[in-house]
Amino acid sequence: MAHIAELPNVLNDSDPMIPRLMRVVKNRPETSNTFTLTLEDPDRIPFKFEPGQFNMVGIAGVGEVPVSVCGDPDSPMLVVHTIRAVGAITDALRRVVPGQFVMVRGPYGHGWPLREAEGHDVVIVCGGIGLAPMRPAVYRLLQARDRYGKCAMLYGTRTEKDILFKREFMRWRTRKDFRFELTLDRGRGVWRGNVGVVTDLISRLDVDAPNTIAMVCGYEMMMRFIVSSLIAQKLDPSRIFISMERNMKCGVGLCGHCQLRGTFVCRSGPVYRYSDIASLLPVREL
Amino acid sequence: MKHDLSAKLAGHPFVQGLSEDHIKFLTGCIANVKFMPGEYVFREGEPADLLFLLRSGQVAVQVYGPGRGVTTLSTMGAGEIVGWSWAVPPYISHFDVVAQQMTLALSVDAKCLRAKCETDPEFGYQMLARMVKVIERRLTATRIQLLDMYGSHR
Repeated sequence: MAHIAELPNVLNDSDPMIPRLMRVVKNRPETSNTFTLTLEDPDRIPFKFEPGQFNMVGIAGVGEVPVSVCGDPDSPMLVVHTIRAVGAITDALRRVVPGQFVMVRGPYGHGWPLREAEGHDVVIVCGGIGLAPMRPAVYRLLQARDRYGKCAMLYGTRTEKDILFKREFMRWRTRKDFRFELTLDRGRGVWRGNVGVVTDLISRLDVDAPNTIAMVCGYEMMMRFIVSSLIAQKLDPSRIFISMERNMKCGVGLCGHCQLRGTFVCRSGPVYRYSDIASLLPVREL
Repeated sequence: MKHDLSAKLAGHPFVQGLSEDHIKFLTGCIANVKFMPGEYVFREGEPADLLFLLRSGQVAVQVYGPGRGVTTLSTMGAGEIVGWSWAVPPYISHFDVVAQQMTLALSVDAKCLRAKCETDPEFGYQMLARMVKVIERRLTATRIQLLDMYGSHR
């Protein structure tokens, strides 16, 4: 890895294809296959992003992957990514240690509609690692809580060991002005919370549909079920936003790897208004 | 007292849309019940002689296996029902159901319910239509769980 640190630390805001080298501050395991990298610019240049945007994160000579930014948008000196190790690049990223450098390009894409949601109730539904792209939005909602109506976050994951940001999530749950609900697929041992799919939690919400904006993130198949449940609660598809995941490569809509019929997920997404792409979701191999 | 029970029953989502006569009839089959945390609502293998309409609190559907201990399959709260084995012969409960919080419910006498369903087809249809809705939702939830959508197959 020494050769990476020897590369020039290029920062060129005018060319979104050129990566910045960022120093690893912390690499913390979250679950058995998920870890969180905290990065900083060695020249202390702030990193600004909007909740829901993503970076291309990589290691020279290995490759780069798209990863949502999951830190606090109001703490621009640190860049935080929570990553699931599923292949060669993410495995390599899992092994980095503080002091090493990784390449970061971004932020790319459109994020969550937090401005549009002002004055409305907000329902966030996410599953598994889908909590990571949602976390910056939660920080913003908590930070400007008085700008929004009722807020609820419903989070589903496999088992107690798979709860992301567990301590932070449990701390959020103590808040009186924001409802945080958690459900597990399987409950063992001393678990006394909800067990069942995250869609079950939706039916338990008292949703004021015309006044609610929903934001959904997780595995695409799961999002389809979540959206169905939200629509069953009378939410209009135009008030539901989902974060899409495709094979983002260039990040700027040039290479076409993430093309979803007439749209590039890296540029027009990853967050879409559900009504804009509803017809594309059932299309196989798209 | 019965008037109070009738009001509680009428407020439960399971009976929404039921005629006044049918609610009145059902009121004759119900009782107000309370379960403390850790108390069993019913246990696997017991006769399914009660249907429970949950009003508050939370219960867990569990199964015990040697070497695996207790596994919670799902949890249910206010507005939901537990105990659908009342409708399916041989009317035996398949799982343990235990209160996780103090839980208030209306228990419906299954024999009374079945007898009414037999003699009043309209009432029977209304009951089964509601049960099918619950079963469909839980079957869908089970299928989603089987997909293991939070896994690493991305």
